[in-house]
Amino acid sequence: MQICGTDFWVTLINLLSNTLEFAAPLTLGALCGLFCERSGVVNIGIEGLMLTSAFFGFIVGSYSQNPWVGIIGAVISSVVLSGLHAVLSIRFKVDQIISGTVINILAVGLTGYLNRLFVDSGTLPAAVTLPKLGIPGLDQIPVLGALFVQPPITWLAVILVLVANYVMYFTRWGLRTRAVGENPGAADTVGINVYFMRYANVLIGGAIAGLAGAYFTLESTGTFETGMTHGSGFIALAALIFGKWTPLGLWGAALLFGLSQGLSITFQALQQSSDCQFGVSKDVLVMLPYILTILVLAGVVGRAVAPAADGQVYEKGR
Amino acid sequence: MEDQSISQSAPAAEEADTSQSRGLSAGVDDQLAPSTGGGKPRPSRSQAIFSALHSLLVPFLAVVTALLIGGVVIFISNVISPPVSTSPLYGNSPFNLTLRAYQGLWVGAFGSFDNISATIVTATPYIFGGLAVALGFRAGLFNIGVEGQIALGSLAAAAVGFNPAFAGLSPWLLVPMCLLAGCLAGAIWGGIPGLLKAQTGAHEVITTIMLNYIAIQIVSVVVNAVKPGNGQVRTPDISLNAHLPVLIATSTGLKQIHLGPIIAILAAIAVYWLLWRTTSGFELRTVGTNPSAARYAGISVKRNIMLAMALSGLLGGLAGAVEVTGVNFYHSQGFSAGYGFDSITVALLGKSNPFGVVIAALLFGALKSSAPSMQFYAGTPQDVVSIIQALILLFVAADEIVRYIYRVKSRGEEKVVLTRGWGG
Repeated sequence: MQICGTDFWVTLINLLSNTLEFAAPLTLGALCGLFCERSGVVNIGIEGLMLTSAFFGFIVGSYSQNPWVGIIGAVISSVVLSGLHAVLSIRFKVDQIISGTVINILAVGLTGYLNRLFVDSGTLPAAVTLPKLGIPGLDQIPVLGALFVQPPITWLAVILVLVANYVMYFTRWGLRTRAVGENPGAADTVGINVYFMRYANVLIGGAIAGLAGAYFTLESTGTFETGMTHGSGFIALAALIFGKWTPLGLWGAALLFGLSQGLSITFQALQQSSDCQFGVSKDVLVMLPYILTILVLAGVVGRAVAPAADGQVYEKGR
Repeated sequence: MEDQSISQSAPAAEEADTSQSRGLSAGVDDQLAPSTGGGKPRPSRSQAIFSALHSLLVPFLAVVTALLIGGVVIFISNVISPPVSTSPLYGNSPFNLTLRAYQGLWVGAFGSFDNISATIVTATPYIFGGLAVALGFRAGLFNIGVEGQIALGSLAAAAVGFNPAFAGLSPWLLVPMCLLAGCLAGAIWGGIPGLLKAQTGAHEVITTIMLNYIAIQIVSVVVNAVKPGNGQVRTPDISLNAHLPVLIATSTGLKQIHLGPIIAILAAIAVYWLLWRTTSGFELRTVGTNPSAARYAGISVKRNIMLAMALSGLLGGLAGAVEVTGVNFYHSQGFSAGYGFDSITVALLGKSNPFGVVIAALLFGALKSSAPSMQFYAGTPQDVVSIIQALILLFVAADEIVRYIYRVKSRGEEKVVLTRGWGG
C-alpha cells in the first residue's frame, strides 16, 4: 500500500516511533511534575529545568566526549536548580508559581550567557549523541522492528513511568508523598517529616527533568540552541493535569501530545512530494501540539482534581 | 524623585481602598481587611511617608544584591574566559574589568542625553508589559502571555500601518487606528485564556504560554505572506503617516523620545484610576484577593476574570503597537522575544503598583539599553543583563531572603495574592 510515494506501513511505523520519541521529554517532564505536585509543590519551572540541563548535558557531554557522562551533568544541573525551587518555595515560602517563573527566567539568562561564553569562544569539542538501542529479537521483525530501536532516554521514559507508578502506589515512600500532598497537617501528626518529603520529591523530580533536558541535546539534536525546549515543560504540565496526576495517565497524555508532534512532522515530510499537497502550511502544523494542549486543558481541567495541598505552603504548628 | 511618586501614591491607594470598600459592602470589607487595612486608623502623613519609604527598601536592596551577584558572575567569567577584544580600553585585571562593565552600564544608561533618551524609549514597552502583568496579578491572574500579546499587537498595528489603502490618511486618524488595532489584537489574545479560565477552569499559566507559541506561528504565516522582496523576514515599512510624533529629537536620530512614553504614563494613571477609583476596579481586586467573598457579595467572578485578562492583553497589545509606530516602523519575527518574562519581573519589582511598575520599567530600560555599552567597555557578553534581571526577580519574589540577609523586619505590608493553584 502506497501513500504519497512512500509505503504506508513504513510511514505509520515511523509515525509511531516518532510519537514514542517525542513523548519522551514530555513524559519525563510530567513525571518531574508528578513527584513535585504529589508532595504539594507546584513546579512550573520544568521548562527552565529542561533548558538548563539540556545546556549542561551538551557542555559536559562535549568536553568529556561521552554522552553518558553528559547525562550525569544534565541531571546534576537540574537537581541543583530544582533545589533552588525547593528552597524558595519550602524554606522561604515564595509563591510557588512565582518561584517556578524565577527558575524559568534564570534558566533563559544563564544558558544564554554561558552559551555565549562557551560557544563563541569557538573552542568547543565536537558534539556527541547517544546511540540508539534495539530490543534484541524484537528489532529484527520486518517493518515493525523499527519501533523497537530507540535512543536510551526514550526507553528510560517508558521504564520510569512504570517505576513511578510502582513507587507512588505500592511503596511507603509513595504513600507518604501522597499524604504530604493531600493533608500535610495530618501527615505531620503521624510523624512524617513534611519538609523532608517535599525537598526530597522536588529533587527527585529535578533529576527526572534533567533526563528530559538531556534528551534535547544528547538524543534529539546534538547541539544546544537558546530556548530550544520550545515550551515542552509547559506541555508536560498540561500532560500531568490531563493525566490526572497519575503516572500512567500522564504517559497517555504525553503520547497524545507526542502523536500530534509526530503527525506534524509526518505531514511536513509527506508534503515534500509534489503530488501530495494537503494545502496546510508548515506553520499551522507546528501549531498543532500547542492548540491540542489548550483544547485538552479546557476540556478536562474542570473534572481533574489536583492534590489537595498542591501549591500550599506548610507551616508547622498552624 | 522615585521616593516621592510612591509615597504619594501609596496613602492615596489606601484611602481609596477604605472609602470604596465601605461604600460598597461592609461584609466584603471585613473579609478583605488584611489587604485593605480597612479597620485601622488612618496613619499620619509622616508615618505614611515613612512606611512608603520602608516598602521601597526591600525592592531597592533586591536590585543592589542582584547587581552585586551579577558583578561576581562577570568577575568569574572574566577569570575563566578573558574578554577578547582589540579595544584600547582592555588589558586590565578581571576585577578592573568588572568595575568597567558597571561603568559601561551606567554610562550607557545615563551618560549622555541620547543615552537617557534611549533608556526611556527602551523602558516604554516594559511599562505597558509590567502594567499588563500587574493588572492580572491584582485580579489573581498570572498573564505569562504578554509576549504573544505584544507580538500580535505589533503585527496588527503594522498591518494597518503598511496597508496601502490607509497610507493617505491623516496621521491624526492613522496613528490612533494603528494603536487601536494593536489594542484589539492584544485584548483578543489575552481574552482567550480569560474566557477559557472563566468557562472551563483551564489554568491561564499554561494557556497563555501555549498562545505565545501559537502567536509566533501566526506571525510567521503573516510575515512570510507579506514580506518585502529583499529577503528580510518582516512586514513592509509602515506609512510615514502612521509614525508616532517625535517629542524630543536625539543627535543620532535613533531612539528619540516619541509619544509612546507619554502614552505609557497615561496608561499607568488609567490603570491606577481603574483599580482604585472605580467600582469595576474594586470588583477586580476583590476577585483577586478573595474570589469566594466576591461571589458571596454578588460579584461575577467569571466576568471579572475575562475582563481582567482582556484588559491585560490590551495593554500588551498596546506595547507592541507603540513599538511599531514609535521605534521599529515594521514588525519583524522574533521582535517580541523575552518581553513576556521581563514584564513579569517588572510587575513584581513594582509590587503590582502602576507607579512602581513605571519605576521598575525605567530600571529595565536602563539595563537593556546599556548592555551594548557594557560589552564595549569590558567585553562582557550582553546576556549577563538577563542574569541580573533574573536575580532581581529572584530577590524581589523571595523578599524573605533579602530581609534575612539585611535583617530587615517585615512590617505587615500589603501582600498581593499573585496566583492560584490548578484548582480554581
